[in-house]
Amino acid sequence: MTMSMLQGEPRVITVGASVLAESLDRQAVPRLGVEWRPPLPGTSQALAKVLADPRREAANRTAAGRLTSARPRLVAARPAREVLGLPARTFLHAGPPIEWERASGPMRGALAGAAIFEGLAANAEEAERLLASGGVRLDSCHHHRTVGPMAGVVSPSMWMFEVADDEYGGTAYCSLNEGLGKVLRYGAYGQEVIERLRWMGEVLGPVLAAALELSGPIDLRSLIAQALQMGDELHNRNRAATSLFVREIAPSIVDASPRHAADVLRFVNGNDHFFLNAGMAAGKVCADAARDVPGSSMVVAMARNGTDFGIQVSGLGDRWFTGPAGVPDGLYLGAYGPQDANPDIGDSTITETTGLGGFAMAASPAIVRFVGGDVSDAVAATRSMYEITLAEHPAYQIPGLGFRGTPTGIDVALVARTGLLPVVNTGIAGRVAGTGQVGAGLVTPPAEAFIAALTALGAH
Amino acid sequence: MTTNADRVEVRPGVYHDSVSLMRVSQALGSRPGVTLAVVAMATDLNVELAREAGFAVPPAGPTDLLVAIRAGGEAELEEAAAELERQFAALARGAAAGGAATGEMAPRTTRAVARVFDASLVLVSVPGEHAFAEAMDAVEAGLPVMIFSDNVPVEQEVLLKRRAAERGVLVMGPDCGTAVVGGAGLGFANVLRPGPVGVVAASGTGAQQVTCLLDHAGAGVSHVLGVGGRDLSSAVGGASTLAALAALDADPATELIVLISKPPAPEVAQTVRQAVEGLATPVVTALLGPGQDDLTAATEKALRALGLPVPEWPSWTPPEPSAPGEGPAPRELHGLYSGGTLCAEAAIIAGSGDFTDFGDDAYTVGRPHPMIDPTVRLEALERASGVVLLDVVLGHAADPDPAERLAPAVARAVGRGASVVVALVGTASDPQGLGRQAQSLVAAGATVFTSNAAAARHAASLAGRSR
Repeated sequence: MTMSMLQGEPRVITVGASVLAESLDRQAVPRLGVEWRPPLPGTSQALAKVLADPRREAANRTAAGRLTSARPRLVAARPAREVLGLPARTFLHAGPPIEWERASGPMRGALAGAAIFEGLAANAEEAERLLASGGVRLDSCHHHRTVGPMAGVVSPSMWMFEVADDEYGGTAYCSLNEGLGKVLRYGAYGQEVIERLRWMGEVLGPVLAAALELSGPIDLRSLIAQALQMGDELHNRNRAATSLFVREIAPSIVDASPRHAADVLRFVNGNDHFFLNAGMAAGKVCADAARDVPGSSMVVAMARNGTDFGIQVSGLGDRWFTGPAGVPDGLYLGAYGPQDANPDIGDSTITETTGLGGFAMAASPAIVRFVGGDVSDAVAATRSMYEITLAEHPAYQIPGLGFRGTPTGIDVALVARTGLLPVVNTGIAGRVAGTGQVGAGLVTPPAEAFIAALTALGAH
Repeated sequence: MTTNADRVEVRPGVYHDSVSLMRVSQALGSRPGVTLAVVAMATDLNVELAREAGFAVPPAGPTDLLVAIRAGGEAELEEAAAELERQFAALARGAAAGGAATGEMAPRTTRAVARVFDASLVLVSVPGEHAFAEAMDAVEAGLPVMIFSDNVPVEQEVLLKRRAAERGVLVMGPDCGTAVVGGAGLGFANVLRPGPVGVVAASGTGAQQVTCLLDHAGAGVSHVLGVGGRDLSSAVGGASTLAALAALDADPATELIVLISKPPAPEVAQTVRQAVEGLATPVVTALLGPGQDDLTAATEKALRALGLPVPEWPSWTPPEPSAPGEGPAPRELHGLYSGGTLCAEAAIIAGSGDFTDFGDDAYTVGRPHPMIDPTVRLEALERASGVVLLDVVLGHAADPDPAERLAPAVARAVGRGASVVVALVGTASDPQGLGRQAQSLVAAGATVFTSNAAAARHAASLAGRSR
């Protein structure tokens, strides 16, 4: 059984006291040292319990296997009312559940904008009174197989991408991307925001729906894999993915609606982030495939509502574990500065949850100038994420790392052990309702969310 | 009148192991003008110690590095701070040497290293409360693991060994101080000649005594596999002992197995006996405890089994040795040991006296083993009178020159009228030099034996408790 250990030249992994490692070096025994450090404070006991769980290893293999083998396909575009069964006066929002009182500026702005869009209020003041009085029911997108970027507000009349997973049968949804600047998802609710939403509901959504019916499903797993090799990381850079998407869908758009085709194509083409929402729904359907594996310590959702950063873990059902959302560290548009920034917001961390975004930064040298830093920082960020993930994605590969698969499937136990928190690329919303986007950068999730999840897993 | 200058600093997220930091503290503390230097992880204990010493320590946690230096003046403080940076740079270079093979960020878990390095074995020596995670990584990667760490909860040991049995890998330890695998000395290991004897040991210093005596007699070893002191308890059930016996039995280089075991729990004894009977390789069992052969006698048995002559075990006597019965009899007998098994063996042979094992878990929480850092034992030696019996264990990872600090303390004890007897466990090839260590201790007035049993008998006779 241990025969191999006693035969051949010993090659040793050392972890701990350097005096023992040095003694092997003096004996010229080949070795590699672990750059060990103590786990996050207060996690030792929970770690021991979680690591001792006999289900963990197989459970994590199952969860990571499902996450990386799901096959998301974009199948349709439909109104939220229809696909989510959203009743009137029910809005979804990004991140863990939050009530109006604790909502940040951009979240309030987006909810108000949705109320105006739905005709529940004539202006922002009326909308805020309605929302403050509890006149609209709020719930987390994640509770409805849905994700939304930034404020992530979904109201019944908004159109959604529908993404189906051929492997495990799941379905997930994400709203359509409005573009950059003054947009609802960044908390803007002015006249041009509402008018754009109307056009998206009346023209963009129905045309995309008709086009998808003609084109048939679009394989998002393969599209994302190609975009990674073209320099996207699929969170803050979606230029290649959007281009590929346009290439796939353009003929069908023309066929489906010669009248609106030029407008629709101009809109999609003019927004480098158009693909983000389809990619997020793809991430959601993959992550949902990995949910509810008993004993698994893998993260299946990371999401922020502008106030709290929350995570969900496969072995812990739908419970949220939260900590305060941090303010991203990044570059600012125009005259905006850190004083204008809202704490971290949006469900777009589903990209990092599924091995993209900050985790795939090494694939996207172009992004580093946008989020600050240089190319070596991007490579270092991706490399460090292999430390806290369970798998390397078989399809999502990074050419610059020798086509190594992206680090996928965050393990809360490994986060606690290494003290390395997920690297998140993100846009920055203005803290005042109605402002819109003020910048983009990197943000560090709060360690307490991961510690709380680990503790719950240990008590399970 | 005091011109003392303090520098207190907390560096978040910087980690070095306690032995490395102790060396840095020592290097700073020995600089002229530096009165006190504490460079340690900011555990509750270390923060409290620094505060008691009068340092104003800001809030800090166990994952932060604490630096507290007190010097006679600002200039000395500046120089000490510069030395601190040089020491840290050297530590970083050392870490880089171990991580150079991958050319990327040094991984922070055993699991991550196992993915990039084709290893045959994992050596875990992180603090005991954290050892389980690293050892479990090794087992899950299908790698045998030696857990040098002590203070590992027994339920974690049971789990690890159960999982290891399923995977067919060997777990050595926890609290396994010694192993020699394929010629590599792991932990506290002596430089032994290669040969036909395979050792399975529940006791690190026990294995060192037996293998060093074998080496003196010209007999070499194939492998020394430690199993940890609790392996033969009923809770653990001898899992590692059985796995190690099977491994050696299958090893063509091993012609004789020496099993060094604490008295096992009765149901475990039965299992082990059956396993031993089922082996093709002959086994000499050395049971530690009252009424059993001592380690020296067990070694002699092994030599006879190999058909080798039993030599006279080397010893050294000072020019003017203490004679039995000198001074008022009976005299006090103090055993100041760093090896637990050697301590227990000596106590049984001496019959009475007070014996302290400074390697016991109680003395090593948050502090290196006395074989690395002799401070606590030296303090006890400075207070001791009557007959003092010490062990000095040589080999890899042990104090590079134990006699350097021990000999002056021995000389002072002898000067006070004490008799000092040393059990010197080592081989001629050990880096410290067996002969040089013996000469230095003998020159200080100690009587030195390579057999701990012989040392204990001599000490007992000096104390007037001749057996």
